[in-house]
This record gives sequence, C-alpha cells and structure tokens, in this order.
Amino acid sequence: MTSSVWEAVGLTEAEYRKIGEYLGRDPNALELGIYGLMWSEHCSYKSSKRHLETLPTEGPQVLQGPGENAGVVDIGEDIAVAFRIESHNHPSAIEPVQGAATGVGGILRDIFAMGAQPIALLDSLRFGNLDTPRVRYLFEGVVEGISWYGNCVGVPTVGGEIYFDDAYRDNPLVNVMCLGLVEKDRLVLGKAAGTGNSVLLVGAPTGRDGIHGASLLASREFLEEPEDMRPAVQVGDPFREKLLIEASLELLQGDAVIGINDLGAAGLASACSETATRGGSGMSLDLDQVPRREEGMTPYEVMLSESQERMLVIVEAGREAEVYRVFEKWGLDAVQIGEVTDDGALSVYHQGQEVARIPVTSLTEGAPVYDRPMGEPLMVRETVSEDVLPPPDYNEALLTLVGDPNLCSRRWVYEQYDHMVGINTVVYPGSDAAVLRVKGTQKGIAAVTDGNGLLCHVDPYRGAARVVAESYRNLSATGALPLAITNCLNFGNPERPEIMATFSDVIRGMGDACRALNTPVTGGNVSFYNETQRRSVYPTPVVGMIGVLDDVNKYGKTGFTTLDNPVVLLGDLGTHLGASQYLRVTQNQIVGPVSEPNYELERRMGTVCREGIRRGWIASTHDISDGGLGVALAESAALSSEQLGANIALPNDPRPDVSLFSEAGTAILVEVFSADIEEFLERARAMGCPAQPIGQVIPAELLISHKDFGLLVNLPISKIRQSWEEGLQ
Amino acid sequence: MMRFGVIRFHGSNCDRDCYHVVDRVLQQPVYWIEQNQKDLAGVDVVLIPGGFSYGDYLRAGAIAARTPVMDAVREFAERGGLVLGICNGFQILCEAGLLPGALMVNASLRFACHFAHVRVEAVDTPFTWALSPGAVLRIPIAHHQGNFQPDVTPFQGRVLFRYCDAEGHIVPAANPNGSWEAVAGIANGRGNVVGMMPHPERCSEAVLGATDGVGIFRSLLCWWEEVGGYDV
Repeated sequence: MTSSVWEAVGLTEAEYRKIGEYLGRDPNALELGIYGLMWSEHCSYKSSKRHLETLPTEGPQVLQGPGENAGVVDIGEDIAVAFRIESHNHPSAIEPVQGAATGVGGILRDIFAMGAQPIALLDSLRFGNLDTPRVRYLFEGVVEGISWYGNCVGVPTVGGEIYFDDAYRDNPLVNVMCLGLVEKDRLVLGKAAGTGNSVLLVGAPTGRDGIHGASLLASREFLEEPEDMRPAVQVGDPFREKLLIEASLELLQGDAVIGINDLGAAGLASACSETATRGGSGMSLDLDQVPRREEGMTPYEVMLSESQERMLVIVEAGREAEVYRVFEKWGLDAVQIGEVTDDGALSVYHQGQEVARIPVTSLTEGAPVYDRPMGEPLMVRETVSEDVLPPPDYNEALLTLVGDPNLCSRRWVYEQYDHMVGINTVVYPGSDAAVLRVKGTQKGIAAVTDGNGLLCHVDPYRGAARVVAESYRNLSATGALPLAITNCLNFGNPERPEIMATFSDVIRGMGDACRALNTPVTGGNVSFYNETQRRSVYPTPVVGMIGVLDDVNKYGKTGFTTLDNPVVLLGDLGTHLGASQYLRVTQNQIVGPVSEPNYELERRMGTVCREGIRRGWIASTHDISDGGLGVALAESAALSSEQLGANIALPNDPRPDVSLFSEAGTAILVEVFSADIEEFLERARAMGCPAQPIGQVIPAELLISHKDFGLLVNLPISKIRQSWEEGLQ
Repeated sequence: MMRFGVIRFHGSNCDRDCYHVVDRVLQQPVYWIEQNQKDLAGVDVVLIPGGFSYGDYLRAGAIAARTPVMDAVREFAERGGLVLGICNGFQILCEAGLLPGALMVNASLRFACHFAHVRVEAVDTPFTWALSPGAVLRIPIAHHQGNFQPDVTPFQGRVLFRYCDAEGHIVPAANPNGSWEAVAGIANGRGNVVGMMPHPERCSEAVLGATDGVGIFRSLLCWWEEVGGYDV
C-alpha cells in the first residue's frame, strides 16, 4: 500500500519538495498527477539522460536528432526518412494483444507527426521459453496484436526479430520501429509557438483508459499480480488510426499548421508541455471542450488519459476551419481546446475555474536528472573452456541449431503480418534486412532491427558494440549504405547500482560503435524496470538501423540462386565459441568471451559487398551472426527458391566446430556469379578485405568438409528446411 | 484508352497501390471515386481495392456494401460495366450481393500473407481475356477472411481462379484458406463483375520481383481494344 501523496503518483519525497519549489506552494492533486507522469522515468529519462548525452547524434546525414517525435535523415533527392523505435513492454506483459497493438499505433503517430507517410514497421520481440502456456499466450497475443493493428492501418510489417529466453519469462519485450518518408522541406515539428495560435485536439474522443500507464506501469517493476494493472493499458482502434493518418497528412499539405504532436504516454499533459517547451511558449487549456467517451470524467482523468488515436495540432489563429474541414471529411473530431500563451505556464481550466497552473519547463527540461550510483556491471566472466568437445555428429548439431526457436524460420510469424501493402517491399522478411523502394526515384531504403541480450548479458560493452556492428553488416549484406540508428534500451531497475553500471557500459559500447561506423543516434526510447521480483531481463539494447541504396534494382538477399556459383567468405570468422548459440543450444552453456568488433574490417567488408552488389557480381548474401557460418549456410540453402545447396570446404583451422559455429567474427557469406569471381576477389583484396572462396553451389544438398576431418555435414536441403520451418510451430 | 476508377472507402488501404499500377504501369487514365459518390459517369472499369473498409467492423465488407457508391456500382454493373474487387473488394461485392457467396474466416484462423499459385479456369471474361487457359499465376494473398463458400448449390457464379501448386495441380496443401473448390476468384454469370482474394497489383512491376498480376490488368486493356464495349 502507498503511504503518501507522492508515492501514489510514483514520485519520491525529494521530488515532491522540488515541485513545491517550482510552484512556490504545494501542488494540488491534479498538478501532482501531472508531475507524477511527466517526471516518471518513462517520460523524463531522469536516470538515463546523463548517459544518453554521450551518444553521437550528429552527422551531415542527420536532419533531426533526438528530442523530437522522431529522428530524420536525408537520403538525397530532397527526400528524408523519419524513423524511431519505441517499447511497449509493460502493457504487452499485462494484455498482449492490446499492449502490442497500441505500441504499433503510438510509433506510427510519432512518424506522421513529422509530416512523414509511414511506409514500414519492424518489431523486435522477446519472450520466455515457449514451453509454458503463459509464454505461448503472450507470444501469440503480441503477434496477433501487431498483425491486427498493422494490417488494418495498411503499413507493412517488413522485418524485425524474435528471441526466446527464460530471462524474458515475466517481462516480455515488445519494441516497434516505424519509418516514414517526407519531402525535406515539408518536415513538421512538434512545437507550439505564436501567442494566440489555437490548440486543437483531433482524432478519437478521450476516455478513461491508460491512466497512469507511463508512471505506474512503465516506470515500476512488476509485483505479483500484474493483471491488476489492466486498467492502465490502453485500447487501440486501428481503423481510427488509419483515418487519423490520412487526415493529418492531408492537413499538413497546407501551411496552416504550426506544429503537431502525438498524444501518447501521459496524454494531454505530455503533448501540451512538450510542444510548449519546444516553442518556448505557454498554453492555456479549457478541458470542457475536450470530446469525451464517457460522462463525469474529472480534470485529472482528462489530462492524464492515454486514450489512443489522438493528436494535438497547433494551428494559426483564424485558420481553425481548415482543420475542421479536413477532419470532418475523415469522420474525426477536431476541437479547439486552448491557445498558445506567452506566460510560459500550462494553465488548465475546468468549468471556468483554473484547476492547474504549472511552469511548462518544470515539467520537461526541469525534470529531475539523476546520476544514479553505479556498481560493478553485470557480466559473465567465465570463458569458454579450451576442451569443449566438438559435436559427436555435425549433422545432428546443425539440424538442432536450425530448428531451435531462436534460429529457425520466422515464417509462422511474418506471414501473419501484411508485409507487402503499399507495394514498396522489395526484400521481404527472412533476409538480413528489409529493402523498400522509394516511388518516383531509383532509390531504396534498407531497414533492420537487431538486438542480442545474450551477448550483452555476457559483456555489456562489447555486446552492445557488436549489436551495432551486426546491424551495419545486415545492411551491408543488402547493398545499402548505413546512415543512422534509433535505439530501444530495455533494462531492469535503474535504482540497482549493478543495472545502472550495465546500462552505462551498453551506452559506451553503442556510442563507440556508432562513432566508428558513422551511424549517429537520432533518438529512441529507454525502458527500465523490466524486472519482476528482482529478476531482471538481460540488458537488451535494440538497434534500428536504416540505410540507403542508390539503385533499388540492385540489392542483396539470402538464398542460393545459381548452380555452380562460387561461395565466398568475406571477412574473418571468429576464433572462439564464446556467447554463441551453439554453446547455448547444444551444451547449455552461457560463457564469454565476447570479442571487440573489428570496425575497420566491418567498413571495408561493407564497401566490398555494396560494390559487388551494385556491379551485379553478387548473386546472394547472408551475414554471419547467430549460429555462425553453419547456420548461415543452412539458411542460404533453405531460402533457395531453386532448392540449391552448397559444397563447402572449411578453412584449414584445427577446430572445425569453431569455424562453423563461432559468432565472434566479422564475416558475410556471398554467392558470386562464376563469370565475375576473379574480378570480385581482386577488388576485395585491393580494398583490404579478406575474401576466401570456400565452395560452390550444388543441387539439393549441403555438404561441409574439412581437410583433416573429412565430410562433417551431409544433409539434404529438404531435411534442413523441415527442421528450420517447424521450429516455431 | 480505358478509364479506371478506384473506389476509396474509409479504411481502404490498397487504394493507392491500385491507382499506382493503373497510372504508372498500365499508363491509363485513373480517377478516385469517393465513398459517397453517386455517379460513375466517365469510367469504364471500377476497381474496389483491398484493405479494411470501416475497420472490417461488423463483418468484412458489410458496411462498405451499404454506402451510396455501391448503389452506383450496382447500376453500373447492371449496365454491363466492369467491376474488379480485390481482397476486401471481393468481400464487399459479396456483401453487396453483386457476387454470389461469402468469404469466411481462414481455416487456419490466422491472417495469411504470402505468395500463392492460382490456375486460370476461364479466359472468356474481360479480366482473363489475355491469359491462357490453365496458366499458373504466382500472386500474393493477404487476408484473414478469404475462405470462399457458395451461398446456394449449384453455384450461381463462375470460377475464374483456383489455388493450385506450382505445377497447376489442385491439391489441399495449396489451398491457403479452406475455400470451397479452392476458389481464389469468381465472376458473376455475365462475367463483368469479378472478385478475387489474391492481389494482382502487388505483382505487376519487375522491381517487386513478380509480374504475374499485370496479365489480369492487361486482359482488361486487350478486351477493351478487341471487344470495346459492355455488350458481354
């Protein structure tokens, strides 16, 4: 039970005193509620801010860095891509269908609030092991929620990742990324400027759902009965969201709008204070004007409701009718609820009375910032033993790996998502990254989300750096030049010094990798308190990276295409089995080390890959990551539409199991057209990237041999495909 | 020149895709038709695109079937005008009574988005005019309710496309949704109103890696040139 007014809204006594200093008096209940939301971890980033400030956020390609509804990068020809990733972890744990669905809705609004047409969604999902009915329920519910909402709004879900581990049993992670296209000079920002301009609330009416979602749900650990929190979860309506997208983008074709902002976490309280802060203004609101779903709502409920499918629009005074006309056409509410003021205060009126008056910046920039104490970071110091035995049967080991829920085909999931609507999807889910065309140009956009909690659990600094490097590699393998990232940082309770230290290491690793690979961070989201009864999730930074292809007709994708083509290993394989899926799956071991990424090689390899694809030398590609070279070969065979495999001779290393299953290297598997192989190898060497022919494409089988150990793997493709396809069913 | 109209209901989401293919691939004149429009003068063929009209609330297509524009479509079809409903458009045509039968929830109970093979069963309609009988097309599907069932026996419509394997055999494993007789697309008796679950607009451009859909649109143009009228 809570014992004080501040605890009831999730604040500390010191924070309560600080509110008193800002106001020069004690807050009333409504004001305290607003502070509780705005100063929650979820909204204020109070524990993470100091660390996030160390990340690189600038570059010539960056048009908008962190702090807006979404980051924006320039892809040339006056076209910009707005993109961001966000978590909806806690709601999804309590009500998976609605939790995941409203996660999709929220991130879509962040994108079209920039004036961008959403063109793609990607999801990074993590659950416990699939062996309990509750985990199955969460997993299937989340997939259903994404499918229901995403398919209905008509934005394709083109990629993502799924991982299962007991560390996520009570705290599943649901991270959703969206990207959208906008002409550079039509970018819109979420700001309220110009005294006397009108503040309009558009979209759905306001109800009692989702009150305290950001403070009591997203900014605390779970106690024993998470179901009790269901009323804090919002309910989505994708049909209304679709209309809201259409209406908002139509409205933004004109020039009446000063700024537009999503109503998400902390509802009106957050949208109003954020837009006023960005505009250096104040705002006065008349709550009696807010359209409601139910009668008798208090000002507290109206200000803090997280009802979905709403936007705040700041429009030039006198031009409100332009908004009404567009929204009426789309069957949506649009009501003036206030105006921009010059007094720097958020003033709230209800039945003619002022019921709250708060200095706007005290809610935003003035929120507390903490240097939380840091202990020793959590990591696994034990390293893989020299005498870990090779598998007794390589065929068996490879089939087990490709059938593991973490490595097998994700088809069961992505076929429930409409990944084609919009007719831009060029490379479908299942390859290293999605590729979308940009209509009206030759260009393509590649996008990927990637995380690896296991690596970061073993070594947070190197693990996070490798996640960035792998995303970079994924994009290189499609032929794209990586441009920037958005991040979703999923951690346990930051008030625990060891969690905070781990967080700090992850941010350092991510920052170093982003600097080395020239992929600045344009924004994202932090989700703390992913723990239940002191059992935290793995530290799980998820990276959403986007890149650009100058010619969308020239891209790399996975799956052998042509008989007799040489198969080439670009880059270097790893030299140990630390933190590998192979050790986890076949030996039940989670041990280090995690190797530092080789940024120099990563960049060179990317250049070689991009050039090989652009020149038409490369027939197919697959990055080598989870499951190592063995799984990369098996997937390239399983994804071959021609039922092609390969005959591979492993490098002459005394440990073929390490060559096949290490995840510590920097390597991409490429299939090169026979006629181009000499030119390709020469070019790779000239660019200082190791390129080693290791075999060729053959019909129907995967054969892997080693000079000293003979034939190790000898599997028909049909058998690989069967294990790989059935892993999730 | 054949003039295309694309109907845009609230919640349609393949409307721009259809428009794009007519405009950029077929290079024919194309016009938006709004949900409350009562007149279809000036168009030769009406496309009813996929999506979730009115959120698919109540039943997929049920609300759209009762809009003013669908009264206009009914008159247009009675005069012999050509109407093609794709996915949600097929559902709407069934709900509007312009095609016989109904689309039930997929037998898997799940949404299904993937390529499917369909076999061309009849080539004497404007929509299949340029195709070969028995030809196998590879076209994506994306639906939750595509399980076609006839309303009365014998079936009053005509079967145009059936789900098959890559070689054209009608086998249970190739039926993605449990449809009666593996039906993927049908026409009314007169052959001027067609509904199909697969999305030809999603496979009409080389950049997307699949072009079998364009044959259906080109059929319309060939028919228009060769027959050139509504006297079907």
